[in-house]
Amino acid sequence: MSRPRRSSQLEGFAFVAPFLFFYFTILIYPLFLGISLSLRRVDLFGGGQFVGLANYARLAADPVFHQSLINTFLLALIIVPTITVLTLGLALALNRATRDAAIFRGIFFSSSVLSVTIVTLIWRFVLAPDAGLLGELWTALGWTPLPFLSDPGLVLPALALTTIWWSIGLPMMLFLAGLQQIPGELYEAAALDRAGRWTTFWRVTLPSLKRTVILVIMLQTAAQLQLFGQAQLLTSGGPSGASRTVVLFIFESAFGRWELGYATAAAEILFLLILTLTLVQYWATGRAKEASDGR
Amino acid sequence: MDRTFAVYMLASKGNRLAGLELRDIHKAFGETKILDGISLDIGATEFIAFLGPSGSGKSTLLRIIAGLEYADSGEVTLDDRRIDQLPPGDRDVAMVFQHYALYPHMSVHDNMAFGLRNAGVARGEIDALIADAARSLEIDVLLDRKPGQLSGGQRQRVAIGRAIVKRPKVFLLDEPLSNLDAALRMRTRVELAQLRQRVEAAIIMVTHDQAEAMTLADRIVVMNDRRIQQVGAPMEIYDRPSNSFVAQFVGSPPMTIAPATLMPGNDAFARLKLANGCEVATKVPRAGLPGNGLTMGVRPEAVRVVAGDGATTTAKVELVERLGDRTLIYAKLGDGQAITAEDEGYSRIAINDEVGLKIDGPSAYIFGDDGVGYHAERRAS
Repeated sequence: MSRPRRSSQLEGFAFVAPFLFFYFTILIYPLFLGISLSLRRVDLFGGGQFVGLANYARLAADPVFHQSLINTFLLALIIVPTITVLTLGLALALNRATRDAAIFRGIFFSSSVLSVTIVTLIWRFVLAPDAGLLGELWTALGWTPLPFLSDPGLVLPALALTTIWWSIGLPMMLFLAGLQQIPGELYEAAALDRAGRWTTFWRVTLPSLKRTVILVIMLQTAAQLQLFGQAQLLTSGGPSGASRTVVLFIFESAFGRWELGYATAAAEILFLLILTLTLVQYWATGRAKEASDGR
Repeated sequence: MDRTFAVYMLASKGNRLAGLELRDIHKAFGETKILDGISLDIGATEFIAFLGPSGSGKSTLLRIIAGLEYADSGEVTLDDRRIDQLPPGDRDVAMVFQHYALYPHMSVHDNMAFGLRNAGVARGEIDALIADAARSLEIDVLLDRKPGQLSGGQRQRVAIGRAIVKRPKVFLLDEPLSNLDAALRMRTRVELAQLRQRVEAAIIMVTHDQAEAMTLADRIVVMNDRRIQQVGAPMEIYDRPSNSFVAQFVGSPPMTIAPATLMPGNDAFARLKLANGCEVATKVPRAGLPGNGLTMGVRPEAVRVVAGDGATTTAKVELVERLGDRTLIYAKLGDGQAITAEDEGYSRIAINDEVGLKIDGPSAYIFGDDGVGYHAERRAS
């Protein structure tokens, strides 16, 4: 307090300067560079002719982009609710201090540490109709093996299944952490209040996990709208674009056809979509929090 | 005043005779024994305190009554109905938890209504019960709030209200005052005393604070080392402790206990000699006392600091605690035996002073080497 105000402000700035430097060079500058790119026609040999909103207009009329948007949303719609419910169930089942529970927690988490390459390799073996695990199973049951990766109606569910298998670890851990935060006394009070299992789950456990549920949905939505590796490695977006996601579309436009401006425009649209969804969820969380406990 | 309680009290008066019975309760967690043969009868409208140090098994006993733990063997009956195998919700008991355990996402009203709704009580009746309880606990303006918006004392009252509306036959209070600051603790103590006026039910309170137990309970159950040490009215426990543990645990600061030998003689009462040579003439009958291994117990108020001739022994002061109305003197006798004495509020005694002490013989207790207490026939007044 005794020092001149300006010098202490400078000092403060000096402390955050390294962070701000990286924040601007790695996040803010590329963000604006991207917006600028999306307004130009750019290819491998440079160029950069300003074309206004032409890239966006082209996207609005591009059926391939439309299909990739629909695919992405369908995948998120299948994956996010399934993962949320499934991992909550797993966490509830494994939230005990026994050895078995610890082993199963490890098993269910283990898939998360694999790289997408390994995951797709494993699932190629599972899904392949001629020699895959499911194919063998179908044959053993006397059915015709299903061509999961080449049937336009089955490829999205197959991709979703792969993604869910790969992604359950983190949400399960988040739910387990959330469950451990609930004081045991609450369950004892509920038992004395004649609450059965179901009532206890709906009236005690689930409301206590509200924030975790919202967090898991937000993280998963943002993650699944950017689904890329599985689609590229498992199906390359096929058959005939039935599993092409937005990020795969961006990748193909940018590094297949070298239309960098066009790809960046698609990326900006995806960015806006994720930002909007996250803000809506954030706003909904704030309201839910206000309505629920006011703490 | 509150109609519903009046109705409840009238309705329940007819069958409030039997009360709660505990029969030979045993409990162990793995190899660790927690309770070892607890038997106790509690009257239908009695206020009982389970008093003991941590690890004495008092909380476990409360949880066994609540149904949150199950005894390994033994029976719990409430109004002649055996309840020890019933789930907690079917036992006609309500509990106020140490940390209140209010449902954080429910309003005060819903917290109180939850148990009644689960029991299938009609909505109108629920609202009437809650309104009455809330009014008498002065939480009626808080009914729409969430527990997170309440102070500690308010939460405590909501927790009590949640128990009251269930109209249980037994209230179980787990360390109800331990989370409150000193001022609030006094106020809640008064509220708990009022609770017992208000409800026609037994109240069992677990506490490690002997002042709480003394001020609130009809009878105190002193527990230690897995067993009941003594059951009795507060002053009975204070006056006639059945053993040296009870004698030291009840009363603050604890009674001094010093090794002593019985002096030969023919008079009716025992005359003791402490290790430093000081003699104390007690009012404990000589007959029936064991011959050796005795200890003598004196409460601080029975050891006065005196100047000059009145002293029966001298001691060196180690610590002086001024409490305002009186001063506690922690001292050591010549042989190193610690002793606690009392002096008036404006005491001029300082640490390291050599003071004269007068031990009031008629107030002294004698304990055998097994800890069993022998008491003066009549307390000197």
